[in-house]
Amino acid sequence: MNGWDAFHLARAQFAFTVMAHIIFPALSIGLASYLAVLEGLWLRTGRRVYLDLFRYWLKPFSLAFGMGVVSGLVMSYQFGTNWSAFADKTGPVIGPLMGYEVLSAFFLEAGFLGVMLFGMERVGPGLHFIATCIVALGTLVSAIWILSVNSWMQTPAGYIIGADGRFVPESWLKIIFNPSFPVRLPHMVMASYLSVAFVVGATGAWHLLRDRQNEASRMMFSMAMWMAAIVAPAQIAMGDMHGLNTLEYQPAKVAAMEGLFDTTKGAPLALFGIPNMKTERLDYALEIPHASSLILTHEWNGEVQGLKTWPIADRPNALIVFWSFRVMVGLGFAMLGIGLASLWLRYKRHFYDSRLLYWAAVAMGPSGLVALLAGWVTTEVGRQPFTVYGLLRTADSLSPIGAPGVAISLAAFVVVYLTVFGAGVILMLRIMATPPQPGELGPAPLPSHAAGIVPGPAMAAE
Amino acid sequence: MDLPVIWAALIAFAVLAYIVMDGFDLGVGILFAAEHDDADRDVMVNSVAPVWDGNETWLVLGGGGLFAVFPLAYATILPALYPAIIGMLLALVFRGVAFEFRFRAFTRFGRRLWDISFLLGSTVAAFCQGLTLGGLLQGIHVVNRAYAGGWWDWLTGFSILCGIAVVVGYALLGATWLVWRTEGALQGRCRGYARGLGVATLALIVVVSLWTPMLHPRFAERWFGWPGILLTSPVPLLVAVLAWRGWRGLQRNEHLSPFLCALGWFVLCFAGLGISMFPLMVPPSIDIWQAAAPYDSQLFLLVGALVLVPIILVYTGYAYWVFRGKVKAGAHYH
Ligand code: HDD
Ligand code: HEM
Ligand code: HEM
Repeated sequence: MNGWDAFHLARAQFAFTVMAHIIFPALSIGLASYLAVLEGLWLRTGRRVYLDLFRYWLKPFSLAFGMGVVSGLVMSYQFGTNWSAFADKTGPVIGPLMGYEVLSAFFLEAGFLGVMLFGMERVGPGLHFIATCIVALGTLVSAIWILSVNSWMQTPAGYIIGADGRFVPESWLKIIFNPSFPVRLPHMVMASYLSVAFVVGATGAWHLLRDRQNEASRMMFSMAMWMAAIVAPAQIAMGDMHGLNTLEYQPAKVAAMEGLFDTTKGAPLALFGIPNMKTERLDYALEIPHASSLILTHEWNGEVQGLKTWPIADRPNALIVFWSFRVMVGLGFAMLGIGLASLWLRYKRHFYDSRLLYWAAVAMGPSGLVALLAGWVTTEVGRQPFTVYGLLRTADSLSPIGAPGVAISLAAFVVVYLTVFGAGVILMLRIMATPPQPGELGPAPLPSHAAGIVPGPAMAAE
Repeated sequence: MDLPVIWAALIAFAVLAYIVMDGFDLGVGILFAAEHDDADRDVMVNSVAPVWDGNETWLVLGGGGLFAVFPLAYATILPALYPAIIGMLLALVFRGVAFEFRFRAFTRFGRRLWDISFLLGSTVAAFCQGLTLGGLLQGIHVVNRAYAGGWWDWLTGFSILCGIAVVVGYALLGATWLVWRTEGALQGRCRGYARGLGVATLALIVVVSLWTPMLHPRFAERWFGWPGILLTSPVPLLVAVLAWRGWRGLQRNEHLSPFLCALGWFVLCFAGLGISMFPLMVPPSIDIWQAAAPYDSQLFLLVGALVLVPIILVYTGYAYWVFRGKVKAGAHYH
């Protein structure tokens, strides 16, 4: 890594823009499903509190969605602007998948978003609920396609390499259902659900600290804690399967996650340590003997490959991967802890009067999003130095854009994203800092039209 | 089957759909320059708020589609026009969030700020789209499947002219859209803007159209050579007919016809572009067959597009229909 040449600048730009982007889709995916559940419960039970909650969370959702759209638009052009060699070579394989994402997901979300945000009075509750469900479905379909793309870059399959060096599709089924896709998709979807569960839980807890009787706050807190208790363990189990899958297809990444340099029988699990890529060892290691072998091979003395198996030029940066992985896993277990504590307190009938649980929930508010980012960093940095694992190097993926150009655009992205999305996040937090009211105001923004519930006269033409 | 030709037509359709749909909603943003009253601005934004996201998705389809079926075009056009593309994306960030932010701002100052970002975002995005169009038309230097030109190749008098033309044209679309969707004093003022902008747009169309054939001999050949002229001569004629019809619509206080006529201009200009370019994808050297992805890639996505695009058009139509009718002042976002 020698300084800030065009290559490193372009990587920094991609990492920055995609990490900013992924925060909003995660919120959109989780909140859209949550809103569909709330509206469905309202229609079924007729209880006002569900409608209040629906309207309350619709506002942060609309903000997150808007920011997701504009940051995503940037992503869809980045492959061309900054990674044109990558785009030219992989376009034939991943391009159509992303094309399907646009056609089957983005249009669906965008088409029904207007009705979901503004249309309650115009179309009535039944159709409105359908619109909400379609938007939620759209976010999930979008996750399916983009994760298929990302998984293909991690574990490519179903292609042949043409004479001109381009990837040419051979089997679409193998491309879409490539080996790591079945584990990556559920892990990511559950990550989005957990992110939203903890944001919602923190908001509910924050209001309960002031006013324990607010029915809507109680409801959102309780729902969030159920999610934590159920999804956190599932996520940990899924993460374990994900790790085994990675061990099979990307063993170098696992070696980096474990901070393991030498191939070892009965490898220990490092709880702490500082992987040193130069001296090729794990400094200040605090280890549990044999645990790594046990987890990864399910054998006391199983053999785990170390980073030295690969030439230096093919190794991912273990320092980053080792730590991002620990942040994710650590937060995963902390979430599990909260979930278990909530179950215990429910059983003891002290669920609504434990200030400790409230404060813990508030503190854990951002934990889902942090774990999600840490997970992506593990995945992506662990794939380096390749963009298509083992086949196309990141260094060969670049556009012919000079360093000054990339530096300026990177600076512009940083400034614009920090101001715009910073302002957006502050707005969201301020909305969430206002307690939910009985009779929460309309899904907001009702563009006022001539007509009320009855659709207006067709355009007042000539 | 000649898939690249079918795909070129489909991508052209997506780009045209983008231009006419996002064109009027960017135009509404550009008109913030002339309209300062809070209530009027709310009406203007409300007239596009439920549909802008869908409109912008056509831009994602244009870019994503290019990546999928003409990856070489995607991989050469975007680096060549790097600053214009990045500028457009950043401008769209400002504009896209302004929809939500301006209604939710906690202070007057905040609201002003997001109004300005709506105005500037819309204007800069339109201008950059014009630069991109101009830069593409005048040609991109490609060697060995990669852009081989310099930093500022795209910045010429021609591309700047195209930038201005797109801003003015979008503003016209916005003004005529508002004539259709609003009433009262605001509608009256928009009628006035539409007249001025209509004249300016027509002038710019004429200048750009005269300049384009001078860029490459083959464009001139297309337009003025035989038998191309059979195809091209009706274009200016139809532009004139629409100009007359739109103007009459404005004079007679018709609501919808000026908007339709303005849309018609855009469709015709786009057709003119197609006549100039076909079968080139990246002038002067890459045609649609050279830019094309392998047959299997094109076929796979085509199946989906043929099924899904009609469905998309149906529910997009539904979304517009739900929010039809005049947008009234008074009600507000919370
Ligand atoms: C469609 C493909 C794709 C998808 C869905 C993602 N990425 Fe990725 N990522 C890339 C395609 C890619 C890439 C084009 O292959 C990059 C660009 C430069 C590079 O080194 O690989 C990359 C790099 C990259 C880096 C920098 C790694 C480094 O340079 O050491 C980070 C931190 C991320 N990505 C993070 C993410 C996150 C948070 C994602 C979640 C949305 C994500 N990626 C999705
Ligand atoms: C680097 C790769 C990515 C690209 C190029 C990309 C592209 C985009 C684009 C263009 C949009 C806006 C669509 C619209 O106009 O409505 C978008 C939104 C979205 N993206 Fe991404 N995306 C990427 C990564 C991801 C990942 C990894 C996920 C999740 C699993 C994801 C999930 C979504 C979702 C659910 C939306 C719609 C909701 C929202 O806008 O917030 N994206 N993306
Ligand atoms: C404690 C248990 C967990 C384990 C063992 C675990 C394991 C893993 C593994 C092995 C990877 C894959 C790296 C790769 O091969 O590409 C991964 C990725 C990821 N993790 Fe986790 N994880 C855990 C908890 C979490 C939590 C709590 C979240 C978020 C709320 C999360 C979010 C992610 C994300 C977003 C990715 C990247 C996408 C993907 O590859 O699926 N993980 N995780």
